[in-house]
Amino acid sequence: MTALLERPMKTATPTHAAPPLDAQTTETAPPVPPSLADEEMVLEVRDFCLWYGAKQALFDLSLKFPKGKVTALIGPSGCGKSTLIRSINRLNDLIDSVRYSGDMLLNGASIFGKTVDVIELRKRTGMVFQKTNPFPMSIYENVIYSLRIDGENRKSILDETVERSLQRAALWDEVKDRLNESALQMSGGQQQRLCIARAIAAEPEVLLMDEPCSALDPIATGKVEELIYQLRGLYSVIIVTHNMQQAARVSDYTAFFYLGQLIEYDATDKIFTNPGKKQTEDYVTGRFG
Amino acid sequence: MVWLTGGGLVLATLMIAGLLLLVVFNGTLTFWPKKLTQITTHAGMKYLGEVSRSEAYQHDGKPAHRQLLRTANFDLFGDHFKWISRHDVARIDYPAEAWTVERQEWGLFVGFLKEVRIDGQPVSQTFAELHGPARQRFHQLKSMEKNEIGEVNRAIEELRLDLRRIELKRGKESPEYIRAVAETTKRETELQAEYAKLGAEVTRLRAEDARYTVVLAEVNGQTKEQKISEIVRAYPANHLNLLQQIGVYASRWWEFLTDEPREANTEGGVLPAIFGTVMMTLIMSLAVAPFGVVAALYLREYAKQGPLLSAVRIAVNNLAGVPSIVFGVFGLGFFCYVVGGGIDQMFFPEKLPTPTYGTGGIIWASLTLALLTVPVVIVATEEALAAVPGSMREGSYACGASKWQTIRRIVLPRAMPGVMTGLILAMARGAGEVAPLMITGVVKLAPELPVDGHAPFLHLSRSFMHLGFHIYDVGFQSPNSEAGKPMVYTTTLLLIGLIALLNLSAIYIRNRLKKRYVGAQF
Ligand SMILES: Nc1ncnc2c1ncn2[C@@H]1O[C@H](COP(=O)(O)OP(=O)(O)O)[C@@H](O)[C@H]1O
Ligand SMILES: [Mg+2]
Repeated sequence: MTALLERPMKTATPTHAAPPLDAQTTETAPPVPPSLADEEMVLEVRDFCLWYGAKQALFDLSLKFPKGKVTALIGPSGCGKSTLIRSINRLNDLIDSVRYSGDMLLNGASIFGKTVDVIELRKRTGMVFQKTNPFPMSIYENVIYSLRIDGENRKSILDETVERSLQRAALWDEVKDRLNESALQMSGGQQQRLCIARAIAAEPEVLLMDEPCSALDPIATGKVEELIYQLRGLYSVIIVTHNMQQAARVSDYTAFFYLGQLIEYDATDKIFTNPGKKQTEDYVTGRFG
Repeated sequence: MVWLTGGGLVLATLMIAGLLLLVVFNGTLTFWPKKLTQITTHAGMKYLGEVSRSEAYQHDGKPAHRQLLRTANFDLFGDHFKWISRHDVARIDYPAEAWTVERQEWGLFVGFLKEVRIDGQPVSQTFAELHGPARQRFHQLKSMEKNEIGEVNRAIEELRLDLRRIELKRGKESPEYIRAVAETTKRETELQAEYAKLGAEVTRLRAEDARYTVVLAEVNGQTKEQKISEIVRAYPANHLNLLQQIGVYASRWWEFLTDEPREANTEGGVLPAIFGTVMMTLIMSLAVAPFGVVAALYLREYAKQGPLLSAVRIAVNNLAGVPSIVFGVFGLGFFCYVVGGGIDQMFFPEKLPTPTYGTGGIIWASLTLALLTVPVVIVATEEALAAVPGSMREGSYACGASKWQTIRRIVLPRAMPGVMTGLILAMARGAGEVAPLMITGVVKLAPELPVDGHAPFLHLSRSFMHLGFHIYDVGFQSPNSEAGKPMVYTTTLLLIGLIALLNLSAIYIRNRLKKRYVGAQF
C-alpha cells in the first residue's frame, strides 16, 4: 500500500518533462503547473444525470474539458466513468433502458438537443474501447472506415489519411508494407493503436478512450501511453483509466468520480500530490476500500 | 454410462460405415467385366451368361442352391435372366470365344461372333476394324438429328409462335397478320426444303450404315444379324488380360459419367442427371442464401425481441420437420400453377395451352427445395449474427456508421462463415432430397439439358434429371430392374461423391472467409 502511495507521486512529477518527445509537442506542453481556469474548453457538461431504467448512474455532473489536453477520468469500478464517456458520443442510446437529463455542449453545440443528428455527432468524436475491436477488413480499410461510410472514395485523400493517421498512431513503420492484410492478424497492442488511428482519421473534435490499455501487456501499454502523450495538442483526449500511475503519466487534468458523482477535478499534479478532498486522497493513495 | 454412450456411438458409426462400404464396394465393381459362364444341364440345355448372384432355397422340401444367370439376348429369349438350380447342372465351361456385346438397344448380347458382313456378304475384315468408323457414323447421325434437324424444327416452331403472337395482339383480320401469314408461308417453304435436304442426307447415311453388320450367335446356335454401329462395346469376356479388363472398366466409367442414358436408364451414362443435380443445387443455394440471410437479419437485428418473435422462431424451426413431399405439393400448387401459370399468361400467351413455366421445371424444383432448406440457413445465420462481438458493432457506431452500414460492412462479413455453414447444411439436405422434386420438375428422361447453345442459353423452365430420382427409377421402376440394380449402387456412389464435392468446396470457401474475417490472434 505504501508503495502505491509513493509511486504515483514519483512518476507524476516527470510527466511533463521526461518522456522523449519531438520538439513540437514539448513546446505545447505547459511549463508551469497548468490551471483549468486558463484553458480553452472543448466540451462542457451541464447538470447531466443518467439512469439505467430506475437506477441512476450519473448525478448532476457539471464540468468542462479543455481543448488540446489529456483529461483522465478516475474512480473505483462502477462509479460511472464509462457511462459518462459513452454519453459524450451518445453510444448509450443503443441501450433501450437509458434515460438522461441535462445536456453537453461540444464546441458550443448541443449533444442531447432534440434536433441533434446522432450520426453527425458521432462523426465529430472518436472513440477507443477497452476491448480492441479492429473491423474484419484490411488495415487500410480499418483506418478509413469513417471516410468510407461518408462515401469518400478519392484514393489520394484516402491514402493520405491512412498515412497521417498511422503515423500519428505510431504504427506506420510497422505496417506500411502490409496495409492490405487483415487487421485481425496483428498483435493486441498493434490492434489497439490501429483503433486509435481509426478514431483520429476523421479529425475528431474530441477523442474518447475507455481504459484503452487494460487488455494489453505492459510493453504494449507503454507504447500506447507514449502515443497518448504525443497526441496532446493535436487532439482533446478524455481517457478513462483505473490505473493511477497511468493517469498520472499521461494526463494534464484528472477528474475523480465516486458513485456517479464528481468529487474533485483539477490539474493532475494537484490531484496526485495535494488533493483537496479526503476521498480523493484515499483513492489515489490506494487506501480506498 | 461411458460404455453405453460410447457403444451407441460405435454402433452408429459402424452402421454408417457399413452402408458406405456396401455402396462403395458394389458401386465400384459394377463396371468390372464379368466372365461368361456356360452351363450345360442334365437335360442337355445350354445356357451362357454372367453369374449375377446365387441363393439358397427349398426344392421339394430339401435345401437347394441356385444361381441367377444373366443370359441377356432379350430380343431372342424374351427375358434377361434365368435361374438355374445347382442340381440341374451337368457341366460348367468358360468358352474362350464367348463375347459380351453391349448394344444401343435390346441390352446385352452374349454369345459368339459368327461373321462380319458388308451388304449381306461375309467379308474378311474383322469386327474391330469396322467398329470404330461405324460408331463415328452413328454419332454423326445422332448429332445431325439433334443439331441440324433440331435447328430447322426450332425455326419452324419459332415462326408458328411469332405468327400466333401477332394474331393474339392484332387479331386475325389485321393487315399485319395477313402480311405475316404470307411471310411465314414463304419462310416455311424454305425451311421445309432445307428439312427435306437434311432428311435425304440422313437417309443416305442410314443406308450406308446398314451395310455393315455382324452376325451374332447365341449359345444354342440361334443367330441374329446386328448393325455394327449399334454396338456400343464388345469384348471376349473370358479372354481378356488384366489390361484389357481395366480398359473395359475405364471405358464404362467414362460412358457413365459423360453420356446419356440408354435402355430405359439401366445402361449408358448419367450425365444429364449429374448436370441436373448440380445445377439444381446451385440454383437452390443462390435462392436460399439471400432469402435466409434477409430473414435472419430481420429476426436478429430489426425485429423487437418478444414472445411473438419467439413464436416465429419456433415456427421456422418446425418448418424443418414438415415432410418434404408436402413442400413438393406446395411447390407444385404455388410455384408451378400459380406463379408459373401467371408467367405463361403474361409472357408466353402464344404457346398456350402448352405450358412453358406453368409446369414442373428446374427453377420451381430449386425454389421448392430452397423453401425446404431455408430454416437451416435462418437458424445458422441467426447464430452467426449473434456471435458477432458487440464491441465491433459499437466501434462501428462510434465511427458514425448507421445501423445498415454497420450491418453491411461489419456484421455481415463477420457472420459470413456462419452463413456458409448454414448453406453447406442446406445443400447437403437439398441435394439428397427426391420426393418434392418428383412432382415439381424431375423426369426420368429429359430430352434437353437446362443449359444449351440456344438463346437465352439458360432454360430454367425445362424439366431435368436428378441422380436421386434416377436411383429410384432405375432400381425400382424400370422393366428390367434386375439389370439396373448394380447401377443403383454406382449412381448412389456418384451422388454421395457429388454431394461431398459440393460440400467440400463450400467448406473451402468458408475456411477462406473465416481466415479473412474471424481469424484473430491476441
Ligand atoms: N447497460 C447497463 N444497464 C444497467 N446498468 C448499467 C449498465 N451499464 C452500467 N451500468 C451500471 O452503471 C454504473 C456505472 O457503470 P460504468 O459506467 O460501467 O462504471 P465504470 O466504467 O466507472 O466502472 C454501474 O453501477 C453499473 O452497474
Ligand atoms: Mg468502465
